[in-house]
Amino acid sequence: MTAVLLARLQFAFTISVHIIFPAFTIGLSAFIATLLILWRRTGRDHYHRLARFWTKIFAVSFAMGVVSGIPMSYEFGSNWSRFSEVAGNVIGPLVGYEVLTAFFLEATFLGVLLFGWKRTPPWLQATAAVLVALGTAMSAFWILSANSWMQTPAGHVMRNGVAYPVDWLAIIFNPSFPYRLLHMLTAAYLTTSLVVLAVGARYLLAGAFKEEAHTMMRMGVGMLAILGPVQLLLGDQHGLNTLEHQPAKIAAMEAHWHDTGPMDLVLFALPDQRARVNRAEIAIPHLGSLILTHDWNGRVPSLEDFPADAQPRVPIIFFAFRTMVGIGLFLIALGLTGAVLWLKRRLFTARWYLRTADWAWPLGFVAILAGWITTENGRQPYVIYGILRTHDATSPIAASTLAASLTGFVLVYGCVFSIGVYYIRKMIRHGPKGAAVASAATGHDLPNQPLASARESTRESRSEPPVI
Amino acid sequence: MNELVGAAYWLPLVCGGVIALAIAMYIVLDGFDLGLGILFFFFPRETDRDQMMNSVAPFWDGNETWLILGGTGLFVTFPHAYAVVMPALYVPLIAMLLALVFRGVAFEFRWVAKPHHRKWDIAFAVGSLIATLCQGFMLGGLLGGTKVEQGQFAGGAFDWLTPFTLLCGLGLVVGYTLLAATWLVLKMTGTLERRARRMARVLLIGMLAFIVVVSVWTPLQFERIGARWFAWPNILFLSPVPAATALFAWACWRGLARSRFIFSPFYSAVMLFVIAYIGLVISTYPYIVPPSITVWDAAAAPSSQRFVLIGIAILLPFILGYTIFVYYTFRGKVRADEGYH
Repeated sequence: MTAVLLARLQFAFTISVHIIFPAFTIGLSAFIATLLILWRRTGRDHYHRLARFWTKIFAVSFAMGVVSGIPMSYEFGSNWSRFSEVAGNVIGPLVGYEVLTAFFLEATFLGVLLFGWKRTPPWLQATAAVLVALGTAMSAFWILSANSWMQTPAGHVMRNGVAYPVDWLAIIFNPSFPYRLLHMLTAAYLTTSLVVLAVGARYLLAGAFKEEAHTMMRMGVGMLAILGPVQLLLGDQHGLNTLEHQPAKIAAMEAHWHDTGPMDLVLFALPDQRARVNRAEIAIPHLGSLILTHDWNGRVPSLEDFPADAQPRVPIIFFAFRTMVGIGLFLIALGLTGAVLWLKRRLFTARWYLRTADWAWPLGFVAILAGWITTENGRQPYVIYGILRTHDATSPIAASTLAASLTGFVLVYGCVFSIGVYYIRKMIRHGPKGAAVASAATGHDLPNQPLASARESTRESRSEPPVI
Repeated sequence: MNELVGAAYWLPLVCGGVIALAIAMYIVLDGFDLGLGILFFFFPRETDRDQMMNSVAPFWDGNETWLILGGTGLFVTFPHAYAVVMPALYVPLIAMLLALVFRGVAFEFRWVAKPHHRKWDIAFAVGSLIATLCQGFMLGGLLGGTKVEQGQFAGGAFDWLTPFTLLCGLGLVVGYTLLAATWLVLKMTGTLERRARRMARVLLIGMLAFIVVVSVWTPLQFERIGARWFAWPNILFLSPVPAATALFAWACWRGLARSRFIFSPFYSAVMLFVIAYIGLVISTYPYIVPPSITVWDAAAAPSSQRFVLIGIAILLPFILGYTIFVYYTFRGKVRADEGYH
């Protein structure tokens, strides 16, 4: 394998593993902040128990996000030194602002949130949670601005092959940034809502933690039912923006090889990159034109409108995009179905729905990864669209060294993060501490009493059996 | 350098100062929590380890954020230096990042895994040790010089590996462990504190030995460093550096010997680190990638540096403010029941 391919694989692997954790913690921190605010306003204890329970899961996820995020801030230089030289003047400050405005805020107040239950007043707990949630969203703001600039560069001039800033507002708010930011933040909130809903459903199926599970189900379904359709609208607008600025990406997403008339919407196909046709295609005439141009007979540029060396490769983009959209449509259905069941007062008892929700928990993460695979591959063969080609952006590092480091990352991440996910599962099986446990074995609801109040503030061993 | 006037002259200097500050903050703050991991080798009892970890658990995220600020700060203000140094130090850099994964997650995983947490004790200790060694190797590799041709790193994957870098690696291990031992003196009570006191005295002697060796080695090996320190009148202006080292070494020793000494040995150890660090900055100035790239050669566009400096001027006081707030909130000796799991 070539050094460029190895460097790409390493970056793709490390950032794909990394994005899972921030995507989860962006939503989770907002959820925890909401719970603590509800607790302060209503005085109902189960909000507090839920907040503390999810805060522990947040801590484990956030730690994995931090340790997988530190390599990202060094890999630009270690593996993409030419990119760093070309883009450093413009992208550097955006990443710098991410660290200054977001990372310290998150990391510092997480300390207060985790360890301050005994030392700080309740209002400070809620404030810390809000600040952590704000930090995660700010972090998304800056890093998505940087990524969007690589997709739709603006506000700069090129001198001797190096980008120099001219207009910072134009750089930060580059053409694709508002769409990408809203699309990704909504995706993060949806992903977490789905996990919360799934955990609620799992507890109800096991007959445990009823009060907590009801709250989680209601909040999860509400978020899905509202944000799911919103995300569809945002995705549509993001697509139109991409058509305007990166039409080759759209052509690859739709496997649109030749522009011969109004565009079909390809539901399924096996795109053949070499022959430049779709095999086994199932398509709906005119629908592609309608979605992308909002016109029944609109024309969309096809891949053959771009030089051969400026086209992305189709199959991975085509399938990744369909995975994302398919999951998105499923989540909308899940949210709306849940809302209907809620209105009919059957949300907590319809076991088929609980089982579906329980099983659906990882879908948000899959959709986010699929979306990023679509947009990042769609930018190829450029790393900065139209400015710097990926194979001109690497560091002077031997392929053998890269092979060794990639192997190291795969082994370490594979081992550590799968154990981390296993631990999160273990924490979910134990459930919120101090909550009323209705044992599935006895079938009786216990009175709502704290089980472990004496040990509430200590790090207790987890040797007792899981509740579900 | 004389042709550089105005902003083109002072902006890179100010930025260099900020990066140097971020790296100093990182070395001091993450230094003691990496050292704590190394001390795990000497404190096998579970309750001791629980308390040691609790003493840094509220801070470690924030501490490691300074490492991110150091990396991105270099990218932001000196992209050319960033693009040369990171490939040059690729092997120790990646090894450090992977080691930090193990010791970082150990903070959280250890509590969830109980009672099967031994593997995370090992991950914490070994990860901390390897990360520290690699940071020492990177320091030594950077001081030792980087081969640059046509603006790019032009050396091999193991150019950094010399007897001097090995010395730096070991020196940093001893130094971080000293910071951690004096931290335990500050935060712990009873036998843990007493043991930390005894260990810290040995470590202090070790750290001073490394400072002496590096101070003799670098001027002898690198002519420009010798000229910097021993040419007249520099030797006069720079004499406070060894004097202050001696002063804080004495203060640290006294603080370890008597618990009522006015200045906690932890702060003395921190000051020893800060002075040694200032010494290294004096040795390498104005190079950011010795021996060829200066801060002015590597600087980002003035507009980029100015844009970031505005943010730093506004935000750094806040960051320092709430960092101090958190340390203040969790001040004093660690209580046995602290924690959240």
